[in-house]
Amino acid sequence: MAQITVDDIRRILVACAGGMEGLGPDADITHLTFEELGYDSLALMESAAQIKQDFGVDVSDDEITEVTTPKELADLVNGLVTRAA
Amino acid sequence: MTARTVITGIGVTAPNGLGTETYWKSVLAGHSGIGRVTRFDVSGYPATLAGQIDDFDAAEHLPSRLLPQTDHSTRLGLTAAAWALTDAAVSPGDLADYDMGVVTSNALGGFDFTHREFAKLWGKGPEFVSVYESFAWFYAVNTGQISIRHGMRGPGVALVGEQAGGLDALGYARRGIRRGTPLMLAGGVDSALDPWGYVAQLSDGRVTAETDPARAYLPFDSLASGHVPGEGGAMLVLEDEERARARGAERVHAALTGYSSTFDPAPGSGRPPGLRRAAENALADAGLAPADIDAVFADGAGAPELDAAEADALRAVFGPDGVPVTAPKALTGRLYAGGGPLDVVTAALAIRDGVVPPTPAAGPVPDGYGIDVVRGEPRERRVRHALVLARGRWGFNSAVVVSAAGER
Repeated sequence: MAQITVDDIRRILVACAGGMEGLGPDADITHLTFEELGYDSLALMESAAQIKQDFGVDVSDDEITEVTTPKELADLVNGLVTRAA
Repeated sequence: MTARTVITGIGVTAPNGLGTETYWKSVLAGHSGIGRVTRFDVSGYPATLAGQIDDFDAAEHLPSRLLPQTDHSTRLGLTAAAWALTDAAVSPGDLADYDMGVVTSNALGGFDFTHREFAKLWGKGPEFVSVYESFAWFYAVNTGQISIRHGMRGPGVALVGEQAGGLDALGYARRGIRRGTPLMLAGGVDSALDPWGYVAQLSDGRVTAETDPARAYLPFDSLASGHVPGEGGAMLVLEDEERARARGAERVHAALTGYSSTFDPAPGSGRPPGLRRAAENALADAGLAPADIDAVFADGAGAPELDAAEADALRAVFGPDGVPVTAPKALTGRLYAGGGPLDVVTAALAIRDGVVPPTPAAGPVPDGYGIDVVRGEPRERRVRHALVLARGRWGFNSAVVVSAAGER
């Protein structure tokens, strides 16, 4: 299974919960918090469902609300991908 | 001395006009928003018409963040609410967040959104259903989304009263103002013109099977055959008059001077329906006599028995042909929670411009009605006080008195 990138996370967040107002498509969001980006816990749960569909890994509601940045979420998903492999 | 409640902001989303002045022009010109349903193939349905808002692109009016989580009805509601606040020229900082409340009425919920999510549920499985379904369907969602978007943390209320609930929202807002919240954003917007929502509306049994839009919804007409459902409604900024003046409100559209709601007795009780009592109570609440009312914006069900019952109530209150009666909602279809607030807007504009808008007509008014229906052309007339009536299925009756800003 492919590794997830921060760009994948960005694409999924935008598709699931709407665009990042005030941030251009090239802005580096790697270490910005979801709070700073304006995504709440529902946006993250919706994204977790999409990640499951795209990458085949289950991110639990507990896990998805523990991570605070796109980088942490990517690391979490990639850890789960590796474990599943 | 009780606080006087005034309308300082208006936002309209109607099938015959997006925005207050576009809508009002259509109303005076008799321009209808009713047509064949275009959002899905309606050819197999027993009814085919609706009042659709065709020129609304949600992405033009709302931030992209709100789109994945909102039903079409909520997008319309959020847009009407924002327009009402803009019209009232309320700036951030004019009022504390807890001094602004929101009360909306809703009769249908988020059918269109839910229809799509249910299709995913059956077709693909529960993990494909949007997490936002959890609230996008919900009757209270417009109040919640409006409150969050505009930081209005005063009283937040949702009322359900079928087609009468929108007037109850305005009545409740006035109560909130009298209890000390200086500003309330209030009204209603409904929409359910997806295949499932449309069928749900047809199950009512009162929707016409007529296919000609010009002959489909004809209140107080001998050719009346039922009504056409529509989408949209209005949101209003209501304020304590003195507080509005103190913050420098630019304009007062009208005052909300009377309100009442009643409930019909159980079928078979032999007691009369509650519409007349609602009208009389609202007049008493406003401190007015029937002769003070210059126009009635009727419920106008468009079904012979219901129109006859409303005519009976109007004759009983005002006497035969005692007041001009109109139902411009025949140009939009019945808008559920949106109908009452939109009629209140129409009444405020009738007061402003000194004209009673017409009701579309095809045949004569049945002889026995004994009411003066304004038909064909607008009727120029000074309007100081107008009575707005609404009835909701299963017994709801509500009435609001709208008065010129300068009238007590």
